[in-house]
Amino acid sequence: MEVPILKQGQNLIASIQSALTDADLSQLREALIERVGRFRARGVIVDVTALDVMDSFAVRTLRDIAHMARLRGAETVIVGIQPEVAFAMVQLGLTLKGVATALDLEEGLAFLDRAGQAGLDRPRGRIERA
Amino acid sequence: MPDPVLVPIAADVDVVTARQCGRDVAAAAGFSSGDQTVIAAAISEIARNILMYAKRGEISLNVVANGDRQGVVVVARDQGPGIRDVERALEDGYSTSGGLGLGLPGARRLMDDFDVASTVGQGTTVTMKKWRRLHS
Repeated sequence: MEVPILKQGQNLIASIQSALTDADLSQLREALIERVGRFRARGVIVDVTALDVMDSFAVRTLRDIAHMARLRGAETVIVGIQPEVAFAMVQLGLTLKGVATALDLEEGLAFLDRAGQAGLDRPRGRIERA
Repeated sequence: MPDPVLVPIAADVDVVTARQCGRDVAAAAGFSSGDQTVIAAAISEIARNILMYAKRGEISLNVVANGDRQGVVVVARDQGPGIRDVERALEDGYSTSGGLGLGLPGARRLMDDFDVASTVGQGTTVTMKKWRRLHS
């Protein structure tokens, strides 16, 4: 099942509607990374509220999306991880380290707004010195 | 006790079917929604292992009673290449497929009982159980 991707301002919102196969997840990754370029997006939200299980493949794919999007100049935030899903993920040893998460879509948008504000002070393309 | 449920595993949609069946069986057996998620996640990992290493196999789901406990028993069988070193395969981060290496050890952490029987060249059987106390 294909995941709908909406564009809202400078952000892309992928709202997962039902259980996804590994192929669906890989397709989502390709589609998002391509659209970051096509729409010059600065933020990506992946809403996983509807996922009742996240296993190692799903988590690896979400992490890949976040890292690949960052390499293309966009910040990613994963929103809507359910409490039971979080519990099972921790037991499995899956942490989404290095990937931003937020409680829900609203918090995710607020996070990207703040990231965007920080980005205005630090224009794209400038070389950071340590 | 309900009849065992058998899910053939030969494509990635079967992984989704297996974990949904696992959730249904656990729900019917009275497991909490948290435990249903845990069981579904463990099934997802071992079903994917079947696809990745053996290409095809099957997962059977059963409900058993043991004294004052009721359990969901998940058996994953394949006739794949087998696991050369089961001890290592149960270590976090060990993978021969380029995966995260969390499948077997992760599933073991999620379930109460976990057993791997594997013969190189003949296949692998993973048996795992989750228990809940009755009348609690």
